[in-house]
Amino acid sequence: MAKTVSPGVLALRKVVDDVHADARKAHAEGRLVGWSSSKFPCELAAAFDLDVMYPENQAAGIAANRDGEIMCQAAEDLGFDNDICGYARISLAYAAGKRASRKVDLETGEYVINPNSGKPLKDENGKVVIDPETGKPKKDPKTMVPYTVLDDIYEIEALPEGREKELRKAAIKPYRQMQIPQPDFVLCCNNICNCMTKWYENIARMRNIPLIMIDIPYNNTVEVADTNVAYVRAQFDNAIKQLEELTGKKFDEKKFEQACANANRTASAWLRVCDYLQYKPAPYSGFDLFNHMADIVTARAKVQAAEAFELLEKDLAEAVKNGETTTPFPEQYRVMFEGIPCWPKLPNLFKPLKANGVNVTAVVYAPAFGFVYDDLDGMARAYYKAPNSVCIEQGVDWREGICRDNKVDGVLVHYNRSCKPWSGYMAEMQRRFTEDLGVPCAGFDGDQADPRNFNEAQYETRVQGLVEAMEANKAKKEAEAK
Amino acid sequence: MSTEVLLNEFKEVSEHPHVVLSEYKKQGKKVIGVLPYYAPVELVVAAGMVPMGIWGSNNKTISMAKEYCATFYCTIAQLALEMLLDGTMDQLDGIITPTICDTLRPMSQNFRVAMKDKLPCIFLAHPQHRKPAFGLQFTVDQYTHVKNELEKIAGTAITDEALREAIKVMNRSRAARREFVKLAGQHPDAVSAVNRSAVLRAAWFMEPVPFAEKLEALNAELKALPECKWTGKKIVTSGIICDNPKLLQIFDDNKIAIAADDVAQESRAIRVDAAETGDPMMALAQQFADQDYEVLLYDEHSNQNRRGEYVANLVKNSGAQGLVLFMQQFCDPEEMEYPYLKKALDNAGVPHIKLGVDQQMRDFGQASTAIQAFADVL
Repeated sequence: MAKTVSPGVLALRKVVDDVHADARKAHAEGRLVGWSSSKFPCELAAAFDLDVMYPENQAAGIAANRDGEIMCQAAEDLGFDNDICGYARISLAYAAGKRASRKVDLETGEYVINPNSGKPLKDENGKVVIDPETGKPKKDPKTMVPYTVLDDIYEIEALPEGREKELRKAAIKPYRQMQIPQPDFVLCCNNICNCMTKWYENIARMRNIPLIMIDIPYNNTVEVADTNVAYVRAQFDNAIKQLEELTGKKFDEKKFEQACANANRTASAWLRVCDYLQYKPAPYSGFDLFNHMADIVTARAKVQAAEAFELLEKDLAEAVKNGETTTPFPEQYRVMFEGIPCWPKLPNLFKPLKANGVNVTAVVYAPAFGFVYDDLDGMARAYYKAPNSVCIEQGVDWREGICRDNKVDGVLVHYNRSCKPWSGYMAEMQRRFTEDLGVPCAGFDGDQADPRNFNEAQYETRVQGLVEAMEANKAKKEAEAK
Repeated sequence: MSTEVLLNEFKEVSEHPHVVLSEYKKQGKKVIGVLPYYAPVELVVAAGMVPMGIWGSNNKTISMAKEYCATFYCTIAQLALEMLLDGTMDQLDGIITPTICDTLRPMSQNFRVAMKDKLPCIFLAHPQHRKPAFGLQFTVDQYTHVKNELEKIAGTAITDEALREAIKVMNRSRAARREFVKLAGQHPDAVSAVNRSAVLRAAWFMEPVPFAEKLEALNAELKALPECKWTGKKIVTSGIICDNPKLLQIFDDNKIAIAADDVAQESRAIRVDAAETGDPMMALAQQFADQDYEVLLYDEHSNQNRRGEYVANLVKNSGAQGLVLFMQQFCDPEEMEYPYLKKALDNAGVPHIKLGVDQQMRDFGQASTAIQAFADVL
């Protein structure tokens, strides 16, 4: 979306690339690599210098790279129902060894280009070149890509050494999320959903590896009771013991404290970056924030992540000072985007928003990763407050807080087919947003990873409806002001 | 009393829970609705109140609940909300809302919001780390909350003595049900699939002592029967719930007997008893900790396929020839465990079919064809 990329954004990209490169290196050198749920206390793994990858983030990346469907289908072929969370399906297929690969001709060793791929070829004046033979636009060969096929690393591994093995290995798509090493252990925290528990159990079973579990039961009150904190604290001790057994190392308290300090610093910088959406017009779009999710998920306990977010913060201060924004259109309306984005359909999500001057200036991810705490009890309390583990009052309070602070005119609610705990009380939340904030809400059906569950026509109609309601609201307010 | 008379009495209760509820209210009793799964009903009994299970409905259509839920939620939860909204359960004095699955988590909030000022909703969060000391303590803490809330409704304190007595009563009810499941499997000529379900379903609606007495009487009748020379097939059922008489009639029509079950509403709920001595709250926590081979619960030995193998062995040991899995639509714990259940069944040479079901199903033509075809290959 942004034409020029700011130093902060570049730094954030590097942080994620490095995390992935480190994990691949660790795996290649025979060191342990774990897979972790996004809101597992990463501070614990950091205390043991463990390289950790994040399947949710990976699945989002695979979906954004348009391979969500083939991976979801691969999981379905393994027996996982298409009702199951798309992230889980992608991850389970990956854990089973399935990979999205480029179709390769084993004779010639060349990739087989999909004639339906690619963008139209444009001439020097930017006009689409028409093929005189077919009367249809010509394709720009540089944008054409090979067919995507499904492969299996265990099948490849079993092949005799030789050309086919090498070609198939090399044909696996090269983007980082399709190159994550298989796990040696898994870290599961079910504060976001219970699906996570079964998802990680399945991985542990598939790969016959240890599972370290932090259980955070659902909470019905805004406060986290001391008894609940005690339960989680005891599990931290338990997890430390398991990590000691796994690594053969003693728990390094100093490293742990440093990881906590880093995680707090990252979370605070993240929250401040999110707060820049309060400016009117906002210096960037909430969609840009989605791009930084990878950092807050994969590198929270790393000092580099904190530094990169702090750098981005500076960029944003500068942008505000200069009255600049990365949003590529004039901001007419400001909305909260509720839920996880439909990663495979980000351009389609953005299109009608752009057409109507709607900027996303609030996303629930802001408080969702703002784990800030003082001590171990505070850490237990912080992890108790994930988006799907809190009661409706807390959930509404978070959202209405950012809606007010970030001055939204409406709310766009993603009924995410992949996420039952998230979507499960959205109808009531919508009623409360309208009642408490006087803003219109519109819901649409979609999915965080499986493109088959998104209906573009419905989405566009709902956005249109929301825009009309915001327009009417605005006119009413202006009339009242007069 | 004859087997037939007893079975009909259970069937009456199973088909008309609202009549039973009205009867309790006429007698001046307080009644607590209990949603799935693993709520400690002993606490309700110890408070002198009647627990009634809420497992959706086979006769209702989701309408008012749509104000709270998108379509992709389990119909058991949606129909429970529907019955709270449409007045079916107006006579209840409170409900207990466990939150062990991803549908029940947000639904606990919907229940509470929808029933505001109308009905106390007692929240219950179970731990997944249920076996270690800290897990047991967490269960005790949560059960203590439930106990306190129940005491408020009952207007009386729950003593340890009363709780121990309630544990005995529920153990007796569970033991009678386990015995019945065994006997029904041995005497399918006397207990049809439809009647078997009615008996087990009635357990969720009847007061535990009268239920246990009646079931013990039925069990005695069944025990006295001569050995059954069953010429049909035998299967094991698995899933969250399969209590629709129309669906079960297909089994009876095709002479398919249910030898045992791995069903949440049936045997999964009665596998484990609580200790009758010692601290009764800890006994209930330990009972929950001892639940095993359960799709909803964390398995510390998750790198093994314990649950799948347990179910495969259940089929073999019960003398059944195959397994029918009732896959509750939108139930991700069941769906997540299916590939490894299938693996264990295939490894053990146990044939199975997976039937997609939900409580708004009205046409069983497809299910009938699938079940018939499955029976033919057994």
